[in-house]
Amino acid sequence: MSDVGLSDLPVTADLRKVLETPATSRPRHMVLNMGPQHPSTHGVLRIVIELDGEFIVKARSDIGFLHTGIEKQSEALTYQQVVTLTDRVDYLANLSNNLAYCLAVEKLLQLEIPPKAQWMRVMLVELTRLNSHLVWLGTHALDIGAMTVFLYCMREREDLLRIFEMFSGQRMMTSYIRVGGLALEPPRGWETLVDKFLGYFPSKVDEYDDLLRKNPIWMNRTQNIGQMDVDAMIAMGITGPMLRGAGVQTDVRRDEPYSSYDKFDFEIPTETANDVYARYRVRVREMRESVKIIRQAREGMPEGAYQAAAPQVVLPEREKMKSQMEALIYHFKIVSEGIRVPAGEVYHAIESPRGELGYYIVSDGTSKPLRLHMRTPSFGNLQALPQMIEGKLIADVVAILGSVDIVLGDVDR
Amino acid sequence: MISEAVATHPIVVALQQESSSWLVSANIALGELTIEVEADRVAHVCRFLRDEKAFNRLSTVTAVDRYPVEPRFEVVYHLYSISLKRRVRVKARVVSENPELDSVIPVWPSANWYEREVFDLFGIRFRNHPEMTRILMPEGWEGHPLRKDYPVHGHRYDYAEPEGGNSL
Repeated sequence: MSDVGLSDLPVTADLRKVLETPATSRPRHMVLNMGPQHPSTHGVLRIVIELDGEFIVKARSDIGFLHTGIEKQSEALTYQQVVTLTDRVDYLANLSNNLAYCLAVEKLLQLEIPPKAQWMRVMLVELTRLNSHLVWLGTHALDIGAMTVFLYCMREREDLLRIFEMFSGQRMMTSYIRVGGLALEPPRGWETLVDKFLGYFPSKVDEYDDLLRKNPIWMNRTQNIGQMDVDAMIAMGITGPMLRGAGVQTDVRRDEPYSSYDKFDFEIPTETANDVYARYRVRVREMRESVKIIRQAREGMPEGAYQAAAPQVVLPEREKMKSQMEALIYHFKIVSEGIRVPAGEVYHAIESPRGELGYYIVSDGTSKPLRLHMRTPSFGNLQALPQMIEGKLIADVVAILGSVDIVLGDVDR
Repeated sequence: MISEAVATHPIVVALQQESSSWLVSANIALGELTIEVEADRVAHVCRFLRDEKAFNRLSTVTAVDRYPVEPRFEVVYHLYSISLKRRVRVKARVVSENPELDSVIPVWPSANWYEREVFDLFGIRFRNHPEMTRILMPEGWEGHPLRKDYPVHGHRYDYAEPEGGNSL
């Protein structure tokens, strides 16, 4: 089979590398091109797999199909404008990206954020975690053949998107968290929507868990596959639920609390089995913890301003702008020239649904970043994929890839 | 230049004891420790920080283009210690002509993709890297997009300007 159809494939460097590997091993190896348009790659990822029968001898992932140059574009935009680009990095966890970026800029500005904005941010970011985990669970289960869970997850996700829409006017590209606080005053009646969601969602998580754990196919296809040595995982830069599924207690929310996460009571779920099933367990338990955090934020939501009292950074209220000279001047300066950020550099990391999400910003004192780099969790986690699938069956690739929980926008930026 | 505030920092002290020629400067700004080292010594310093100071994870590798300042590039490493919950930023300056550095893959294998990304977007080469090829941009792309002398719209810009220029 080794030469069947190969001449029809575009021979890029990746493929060439696999093809030119000395055929010391058995000769009947087949090279399989999975992606870039493959439904199980969750976007546009290409994996070149060399097979011996049904076993994977060698694998390489080819990325970059979704590269949109967000880091380069950011250098040409003002600090407030960049917020809209951060939505598009990880489109399932847009608010997490908004938050990480804003926290980094606020650290440079040394800005104090009022408690209400901080708690609101925590609540929204945890809702985002649920949104992301729901999409992950649905598609992961769908890949392995459990169709029902996908439909259920999408049903609950719809309510989350409605909440985001209520807050920001947008379902996915929210840009609701801004430098200095939030974009808008939280809408009237948000409590009702969040309460309604909190009321029924925990029982839905039990439902998914029941559906999958009592399904022998799911259990057989997720247990004891995708393991990797814990030290190797750390050395490969894996973060987030994958590392916690290997028994490492690490979570940026706990280790370097930001946005008053230290005031919330929650657990960091870990599992020790370190297989696809353990990662599933970690994420399902995380959903329950997120519900706990959202409930605490909802019940203890402080009163007060939703934006920092920093006229150089935050746009003045419309009415003030019309009646007060100073407010008008600030408004004009912020809109026409942007906010000036003191020179310096900063790295701020948060725990996104996928792991450590960090923004590294270098400022030269102007209103546009000199350099903006995103340390995205999917990029770090995906790199270890070959180590997890080599030597395994081809049928397991989809299950293992699903357990990595990549978003290709997050990988390629 | 090692500012007074960090002269007693345990990491700085340990690095200076190990070899005084490694450090170029060190400072703490906004609560973040930054260490600048000689470009030739990056791999040594990283190994030392991993083995002696428990920085077991490389968060990210990236670069900053300070064009037209010379040395033009700063290669920046963000390290994290899972056990100590501590971060450090290691920097090295690289000149614009034939920019090159030692790879840190032997210290952390995760550096592989990050270094390829820096090569792809900045054109900085890493010695002893198993495959110094583009990772995000297509193969055969001309130029390195994140350089400051690379236009935001790219070089292959076939948009024809309207007659009389752009009017707002």
